[in-house]
Amino acid sequence: MTAEPTQPTEAIEGTERVRGPGEVDAVPLVGQPHVRRRAGASLVVGGVLVAVVVLMALVSFVWTPHDPTLVNAEARLRDVGDPDYWLGTDKFGRDVFSQILVGARTTLFVGVVAVGVAGLIGVPLGIVSAMATGWLGETVMRAMDLLLAFPALLLAIMFSAIYGGSTLVAMIAIGIATIPIFARIVRSGALQVLSSEYILAARAAGRSPWAIGLRHVLPNVSSLVIVQASVAFAIAVLAEAALSFLGYGTPPPIPSWGRMLQESQELLYSAPRLAFIPGAAIALAVLGFNLLGDGLRDRYDPRLEDRR
Amino acid sequence: MSVNPADRAAAGSAAYGPMSAVGDERPVLDVRGLSVSIGGHDLLHDLTFSIRRGERVGLIGESGSGKSLTSLALLGLLPEGARVTGSARLAGVEHDVVGARDRELAQVRGNEVSMVFQEPMTALNPTMRVGAQVAETIVMHAGRGDRPEAGRGAVRERVATLLDQVGLPSTAEIARAYPHQLSGGQRQRVVLAIALANDPGLLVCDEPTTALDVTVQARVLDLIVRGVEARNSALLFITHDLSVVATVCERVLVMYGGRIVEAGPVSEVFTRPRHRYTEGLLAASDLEGADPLEPLETIPGSVPPAGMFPEGCVFRTRCAHATTECEVLPPWSGATPEHGYACVHPAGVDR
Amino acid sequence: MLLHVIRRTAILVASLAVSSVVVFGFMVLLPGDPARVALGVNASEEAVAQLRAEFGLDQPLVVQYFSWVSGLVRFDLGRSYVSQVEIAPQILDRLQVTLWLVVCAMILAVVIAVPLGTLMAIRHRRPSGFVLTGLSQLGVAVPAFLAGILLITVFAVRLGWLPANGWTPPNEDPVQFLRQLVLPVLSLGLVQGAVLSRYVRSSILDVQREDYIRTARAKGLGPFRALWRHGSRNAAIPVVTVLALQLATLLIGAVVVERVFVIPGLGSLLLDQVSNRDLIFVQDIVMLLVFAVLLVNFLVDLLYLVIDPRLRAGHS
Repeated sequence: MTAEPTQPTEAIEGTERVRGPGEVDAVPLVGQPHVRRRAGASLVVGGVLVAVVVLMALVSFVWTPHDPTLVNAEARLRDVGDPDYWLGTDKFGRDVFSQILVGARTTLFVGVVAVGVAGLIGVPLGIVSAMATGWLGETVMRAMDLLLAFPALLLAIMFSAIYGGSTLVAMIAIGIATIPIFARIVRSGALQVLSSEYILAARAAGRSPWAIGLRHVLPNVSSLVIVQASVAFAIAVLAEAALSFLGYGTPPPIPSWGRMLQESQELLYSAPRLAFIPGAAIALAVLGFNLLGDGLRDRYDPRLEDRR
Repeated sequence: MSVNPADRAAAGSAAYGPMSAVGDERPVLDVRGLSVSIGGHDLLHDLTFSIRRGERVGLIGESGSGKSLTSLALLGLLPEGARVTGSARLAGVEHDVVGARDRELAQVRGNEVSMVFQEPMTALNPTMRVGAQVAETIVMHAGRGDRPEAGRGAVRERVATLLDQVGLPSTAEIARAYPHQLSGGQRQRVVLAIALANDPGLLVCDEPTTALDVTVQARVLDLIVRGVEARNSALLFITHDLSVVATVCERVLVMYGGRIVEAGPVSEVFTRPRHRYTEGLLAASDLEGADPLEPLETIPGSVPPAGMFPEGCVFRTRCAHATTECEVLPPWSGATPEHGYACVHPAGVDR
Repeated sequence: MLLHVIRRTAILVASLAVSSVVVFGFMVLLPGDPARVALGVNASEEAVAQLRAEFGLDQPLVVQYFSWVSGLVRFDLGRSYVSQVEIAPQILDRLQVTLWLVVCAMILAVVIAVPLGTLMAIRHRRPSGFVLTGLSQLGVAVPAFLAGILLITVFAVRLGWLPANGWTPPNEDPVQFLRQLVLPVLSLGLVQGAVLSRYVRSSILDVQREDYIRTARAKGLGPFRALWRHGSRNAAIPVVTVLALQLATLLIGAVVVERVFVIPGLGSLLLDQVSNRDLIFVQDIVMLLVFAVLLVNFLVDLLYLVIDPRLRAGHS
């Protein structure tokens, strides 16, 4: 669970910067060509990595070189580059490449549902808490802070203890744990939008709060949400991997990168590749989503130009 | 007092004494051919001017004219990637500011030349007491040249004196305060105290009062002038506000498009402007002379973005009097950089 | 300022109370009868009933909740249903182990993050900065357990320098203790260090653009001195916040790392007890973890008062 939320300073209370009234940039926008180049790089690399993962998952629906769950005692522990098993086999003779492909499917599935749940609950919560006057807004944020004290993995373990380990449990638990990420960023973005003048104009014209929320606030925080979704996806991938590693995620025999990693541990002496391959898959997937999130943020929010 | 800058200029900076005796012939600041380009864009072209001891010179320009960049160039605080050519020499400093290493310049900044920036609200470190921030500049340059080493007690006294000079009452309390406990005007005074602490030969102010309330503006301007007068320092006052220049300065440089387009005594330039841009500026600022039933005078068009000024006369794309002659850079009309203009169709001159 | 402290304390207490209800509520949802689960399928009805009476499981939920909470406050964590042994000493034992892990990892993370982040910030327009930032991105993408396995492969398996797993208390064999501490702390700390370094970088970049840094330069401070004297305190503020947030991550990372390295810490205890369906045990451990996180957040809040004078004179 080591992916970080984007925009740390916005998400943190109490660190507002004081800006004077007559802000004049004495220096012309320097270095922007540089910045654009690098921001583009993040987006491209991230996009490519994510696309590869998605591709793997999609392909796995239609074709895998072998049945990933098929145990084959004669084909145990084949090495990478084997003509039949491109990435080798594990101790049960199962094809590693096929497992990776189907594992991508699992990973994405968990990610999509978890992020979906977190977004569907977190975004409205954030908007509501920004628009609500008085104690309601504060309380919601306190609740979010509290939720942050329960990291995704802990919640997932607790859920799994009750309902048994399964993909569904993992998704929901991770989703719930990710809600605060959306809620906080949406709230902070919504607060900014709400203080702008055209909102005042809308309210002066008598528009109802619901209308304002839907038609004005939501579209303007959507770019924030998209960026956070990418980062949340990275977190979900990490959490799912950890969960599977511990034995709580997707149960066997359905392939999962995390569980592949766990199974590889006893064979580190003889076949470390069985750890590297799923490990690389996890790391690259997380990297892809993080980079994608960074790249999107640079595109949508040029104010942050110099941070890159 | 009238708002019309020309009127003010005609009255002269009568509130303040005349330029002090020009005993020191060598100018405090001597700039020749200063040019700055950043990222391939030429932003300052061939600036040439000088300021003598005790002189108060205004640098007028709008946003995009390069005036703030000039001040940064003089302090060597241009961003990375800026290419600077030409020369800028300060009295009492051996090396040229242009091309000097940062270590050499660091000894000069806050010492021989210092600066007051525009935004007082954010100019001070929020987590450091105000007195300490003033003391820092004293301590840093102590022991250099002819400046005595300073013990803690001496420094504290000096801080108190400085704060008193900039009109901050109860100096002990103020010194212990944090910036957020002070108002904008108070913070700007602290910044001024820091700038004047080491009796600089040249004080550069970049829009120091623009961000302040009107009532406070006059007070701070007054303090600035008294501060430089007391030290016989030169003042370079950068602003877009003509009336302020008229009140504070004796000489003025008008900048547009990264070039100095006109220079001369304030009383002359503001009453008999030559360059068409200056003429337009003055007309636009003249609210009193404006006919209430007519639209206000403006200069047509807008300032081109940085580095995209036209060849030849930088102003010709907005000038009603431009001809094909203006496609070539107009020569400087005066004998010295201090007095003249760069225009082939100047105002008020029969051609 | 006192008001601020009181307010924060009140929030801490309220958060603890709410969390305890949440945790308790969770455990209540566990299907099956805890006593039967503990004793096994073949236990007699009488034995089950006796166990239930003994642990007060036949009382109404509200009563159970309050007796649990009151026990917590007195540091009486009850006894395990399964093993009948007192829970508190076990937790304490394991807690020590996990603390070693977490504290060392946190220190390592800071030691890595501050110089690395500063370097990334100062050179952020140059190729070297770009490379470092790229590396830190990679570091962020690697989960702690993966780092652990990779480290084991390199240092234990291939090079044989360090043990692959296991744990020895420091007073028994300090050398072995240290040897066994290195890899797990590295796996946790390196990754956290990468994450933290990005925050350090972004915070310093923000501070660099602040006007008071420009003022400091205009006074004659060199770029590094200006950043150090005026920037560090201001840059520290958001970083400290993140440190607190990262504690939760670190604790959970420890859970998994303890699995990888077979370390008898709180995390592995939790996992074991979850498998055992030992209700009360799990409740206690989870509550302890949550308490640790909330407590650290609270302390960090107070730390702000020291660092940022704007917060002292009443709320800004």
